[in-house]
Amino acid sequence: MNLRRDVFQAIADPTRRAILLLVTSHSMTAGAIASNFDTARPTVSKHLKILTECELLQQTQNGREVYYTINAKKMKQIADFIEPFRQMWDERFNKLEDIMKNYKPEN
Amino acid sequence: MELKTKINAEEDKQELVITREFDLPVELLFKAYIEPQIVEQWMGTKVLKLESKKHGGYQFETSDAKGNVVVQMNGVIHEFVLNEKITRTFEMENSPFAVQLEFLEFKPLNDNRSKLTMQIVYKSNELRDQMLQLPFKQGLNMAHNRLEEICNKLK
Repeated sequence: MNLRRDVFQAIADPTRRAILLLVTSHSMTAGAIASNFDTARPTVSKHLKILTECELLQQTQNGREVYYTINAKKMKQIADFIEPFRQMWDERFNKLEDIMKNYKPEN
Repeated sequence: MELKTKINAEEDKQELVITREFDLPVELLFKAYIEPQIVEQWMGTKVLKLESKKHGGYQFETSDAKGNVVVQMNGVIHEFVLNEKITRTFEMENSPFAVQLEFLEFKPLNDNRSKLTMQIVYKSNELRDQMLQLPFKQGLNMAHNRLEEICNKLK
């Protein structure tokens, strides 16, 4: 539960969400990520640290460079969090649709 | 495959938006919200009271297969415009969850299709996230209860 809360706090920040979007397509170094933002480099580093700590980002060492990639498994957990709720409403609405398709006014 | 029911729950907000398009004229979709017998069928709950009007209110009660009441829900209706919108509160009785505010908008897409947009505002961001986890268990329980009922009839 605490871990999950951390994940939600991590993605609550707009810069951190933007970082996650950036690295979705390919892995990037901290420098490459920072060059996309006007914010100071240490601020971007702080965001990267938080995202890494709650396992939304993974680090891979390639020579002297550290690359950041998205942790798809963790991102899926966030989607899964809402999915049961969505399914419950989907089932209810499917039922509503079925009932009303067969609805005949009484008079 | 495109999902029929969509939920938009932004992480830093205390609200969420559920949208769904129906193969139904907007009048029929709206009717499913105001006819007690129909609400009972698709919500899987007993309707004790449903006054669909401004200053009206509602009371729902869900029981398990043995007839024990598991959930009691109620709310008041603030806005009611036929075939267009319902603004209401929702409260789950005897639960730690605060009252929530619901804005329901019904829009015709054409003569046979309609769209429902349901915006739910929670007391806090944390409460919203907790609520998101809750109904799943209840939904499952309800499904199990219904299954149990059907099986009991087969005996």
